Amino acid sequence: MGANTRTLTDSTFDEEVKSADGAVVVDFWAEWCGPCKLIAPVLDEIAEEHAGKVTIAKLDVDANPEIARRFDVMSIPTLIVFKDGEPQKRLVGAKGKGQLLEELADFL
Amino acid sequence: MTDSRHVVILGSGPAGLTAAIYTARANLAPLVLEGEPSSSGDQPGGQLMLTTEIENYPGFVEGIQGPELMSNFRAQAARFGADLIQEKATRVDISQRPFRIWTGDPSAPEPSYVADALIVATGAQSLMLDLPSEHRLLGHGLSTCATCDGFFFKGQEIGVVGGGDSALEEAIFLTKFAEKVTVVVRRDELRASKIMQERAFKNERIEFLWHHVVMDLRGEARLEGIEVENVQSGAKAVLLVTGLFVAIGHRPNTDLFVDLLDMDEAGYLRTQPGRSITNVEGVFASGDAQDHVYRQAITAAGSGCMAAIDAERWLESVGAHHAPPT
Repeated sequence: MGANTRTLTDSTFDEEVKSADGAVVVDFWAEWCGPCKLIAPVLDEIAEEHAGKVTIAKLDVDANPEIARRFDVMSIPTLIVFKDGEPQKRLVGAKGKGQLLEELADFL
Repeated sequence: MTDSRHVVILGSGPAGLTAAIYTARANLAPLVLEGEPSSSGDQPGGQLMLTTEIENYPGFVEGIQGPELMSNFRAQAARFGADLIQEKATRVDISQRPFRIWTGDPSAPEPSYVADALIVATGAQSLMLDLPSEHRLLGHGLSTCATCDGFFFKGQEIGVVGGGDSALEEAIFLTKFAEKVTVVVRRDELRASKIMQERAFKNERIEFLWHHVVMDLRGEARLEGIEVENVQSGAKAVLLVTGLFVAIGHRPNTDLFVDLLDMDEAGYLRTQPGRSITNVEGVFASGDAQDHVYRQAITAAGSGCMAAIDAERWLESVGAHHAPPT
């Protein structure tokens, strides 16, 4: 995991997502999900290249089902972009870096 | 700046990576454009990345997980010096040699790579139902990846559409989570292998709905049911499921080559019988992009090997093998 990528849990989610400056992109993932693993290094790169503007935070849905349920996540990878604690945008399914940057452009 | 190579391989499933192992061992320093992440079979590692246990790949007595098998293929190709890049070709020009390949912006004036020989191993991806409601509900009950999303359907009733090996593999896998899995099949028999059929028939959580097709999906924010129709009587019914997994077949990832390479009506690339040679000299095709008959990991790997040997011999015949790439 990249140095600029955070890890969230059911108990830390609310505080971390609300208190962050700028946008938080929460990556709902799990160990058994192949496409999740493919986008992980891409998200680490984005976290690195846009440090200070956006936080990439990972949430393992297997260990933290409560938050996944709260946001009705039924497919992974799902990325939800939060600002001031409120969900702004949702991306379902793995995508390449170019497409991710395009989708996240408003928050970078 | 454009990067020149003897061999560029498009795709990184069993076909592409076997071609990479063979061309790397032939000192051709292949470049593999692996593709980009997606949640369909069109991604680095190919369709096996979305599977679980592979039981019929020779050499693995106890079976092996699909993603692990592909990670081994990749490491083996890298070991012999293949260059693997997570990019996807967006345009090719094979009207002249060296061939020109773009990644990223397809309208860029200069290609990203040029290659003396090109091996196409872009594979295939799952067909979807082609319903307007599909887009709305994808990720909200409708899924393209059972291994990713089965977990979210614990204790629920869900559906699988299709009658082939993939459909039954998904159905059996999904019974680990779901209370009941209904497999919707158009005919009254299955295309799947006998061993998979036996397992599915024995599984108490799997039911079959024969002679039915899916007409539409119900639910706004999330899937609430599917509308099915009996193809014999025309009778309509609604199946109340909260999840639906589609496994009705595949289409080859050959859009890039429309009007450039010979292909059949379904888009599979045509090669000379028993060879990987396409109608364009120096372009070789392998794996599921070309094979609509067998479509197995082992046959894809075998045809990737054929493409590598065909490419190596061809490069030698035109004298490009020992010269630096053009």
